[in-house]
Amino acid sequence: MTFRPDFQLYKKYYIYGTIFQFITFIVNIIVLIILAYLLYSITYAGVPYITKDFLQNPPSRFPEKAGLYPALMGTVWLIGLTALFSVAMGVFAAIYLEEYSSKKSKIIELIKINIQNLAGIPSIIYGILGLTLFVRGLSLGRSLLAGALTMSLLVLPTITIATQEALRAIPDSFRFAGYGIGMTRWQVVRYQILPLAMPGILTGIILALSRAIGETAPLIMIGALTYVAIAPSSILDSFTVISIQIFNWTSLPQEGFHKLAAAAIVILIAVLLIMNSLSIVLRIYFQRKLRKIQ
Amino acid sequence: MEVMPTEQKKILTQAITEGRDKVFSRFGKAPSKSFSEVLITWILAFHGWITVFVTLAITYVLLKDGIIFFQKVSFLEFFTGTVWGPFGEPKQLGVLPLVNGTLIVAIGAIVISVPLGLSVAIYLTQYASRLLREILTPLIEILGGIPTVVYGYFALDFVTPLLKKYFFPEIDIFNALSASIVVGISIIPLIASLSIEAIRVIPQKIQSGAYALGLTKFHVITRVILPASLSGITASIILAFSRAVGETMAVVLAAGSSPKMTLNYLESIQTMTAFIVQVSLGDTPYGSIEYYTIYAIGLTLFVITFTFNWFALQLVKKFREVYV
Repeated sequence: MTFRPDFQLYKKYYIYGTIFQFITFIVNIIVLIILAYLLYSITYAGVPYITKDFLQNPPSRFPEKAGLYPALMGTVWLIGLTALFSVAMGVFAAIYLEEYSSKKSKIIELIKINIQNLAGIPSIIYGILGLTLFVRGLSLGRSLLAGALTMSLLVLPTITIATQEALRAIPDSFRFAGYGIGMTRWQVVRYQILPLAMPGILTGIILALSRAIGETAPLIMIGALTYVAIAPSSILDSFTVISIQIFNWTSLPQEGFHKLAAAAIVILIAVLLIMNSLSIVLRIYFQRKLRKIQ
Repeated sequence: MEVMPTEQKKILTQAITEGRDKVFSRFGKAPSKSFSEVLITWILAFHGWITVFVTLAITYVLLKDGIIFFQKVSFLEFFTGTVWGPFGEPKQLGVLPLVNGTLIVAIGAIVISVPLGLSVAIYLTQYASRLLREILTPLIEILGGIPTVVYGYFALDFVTPLLKKYFFPEIDIFNALSASIVVGISIIPLIASLSIEAIRVIPQKIQSGAYALGLTKFHVITRVILPASLSGITASIILAFSRAVGETMAVVLAAGSSPKMTLNYLESIQTMTAFIVQVSLGDTPYGSIEYYTIYAIGLTLFVITFTFNWFALQLVKKFREVYV
């Protein structure tokens, strides 16, 4: 018996394949359309309301007078403090786990799994933690400091995981070369590994902080949703941030406040997109650099 | 195999047992044991352990006040009661309506996001050219980076009116459907990126082997690549589900605050997370039962998401071990 390929069957499968490819392509287009619609509709609703007054006024009971100034300053303060607390903590933890600890240790393995798990815990749970630990436990009240500490714990796993990945991407030959010329472990980390991994670490930090900018639930938990008319001037002042203002305005029934929410969202998303593009540029740079040294 | 000369062996054994400082003392102290090196190691180790402290702190905080709650309210009543009315008299503290609300939003979100996310992953890994892939990936990731409060606004002001106008004229202003849709959109990138990773680790030779047998691309994808990456894709779905369960701001704004046992997506519901926010927005007196409910619900939420995440991570570990 001779082999006779069933061209009819092949044709059928070829058609299936083409349809399948077309469907997956259409889905991509749909996802992009959703993104475009989301961005367009909010921008269309919000941009006319971004005025000089809106950026300079405090919040108000009247939509025409309400502004975003304290929230803008609050966000800058909060993110600055969060970065201050969390960046060193996350990066140091990652250096310890990747460069110092024994690879075979079961405890270290557990810590690593634990960090992955922490990254998946809902942000509102961090809010409960912040409320109990910082607001009540340390009696920090509804201050910027309590908010920033809560946020730091929230972004800590993200920064650590990103740094771990950046460190793992550096080939071992760099470490061996360092040890080979008599460098100590810290010298290897400081002069060989960190400079190479820096763009990757920065990408992780930017993404973690951009997550912190948009987070609302933990701040609501620690009681940050109160009327704040002035920008904070010290870390023990009460504060408000853009995302809290968005939530506040969206939950009010008046149409005017929804327009303001849209305007605030436009500002928030613009900031996030800038940070996002920065991280993409850094990521591409990091990949090029890695490809060059390998 | 050559046996090591006894003299050399003796020195080495001595070096190992008595410490190199003593034996090789003529080189001075080993630089790796200098004060600064040891100090740096300790500082780094301290930061490594902070993450453990965070987990312990979360567990402690939730357990401590959660246990106080369960001393006042029986376990059975809490987990089997079908009415949730903590603010009325008498208080009815059955968590099932909140669990019900959480589940229908999370399941709705998964139903929406899995086909979309998976198709994106298949297209990007199998069909798209490299240039297209590098353009599309960051664009789709934007969806995951948009804050959830923005999704809440979007659901309330755009998705619900759209649904009311074209599909369901009887839909409530606050409804589970719009919340499911936006939560679903927000987790598309999560499913897509994890599935892409799961597909990437399949060795090229398995795919080449399938092509060499004369399979068409359609068959390679559906009969080889998808089954081979099944554990990774499952992990991505579990992680996405856990993310949807913990989702807060979008459901607070879009799904309303009326806890009830219902499967109707067009009605207003309340999720566990939304209830916690509701309590913290109100002026609940410290020490009251309502105050302790947030810890009981927080604990439930923590256990659910922690279990799901742990399970998903085990799956991820497994598929990495199989192929790498």
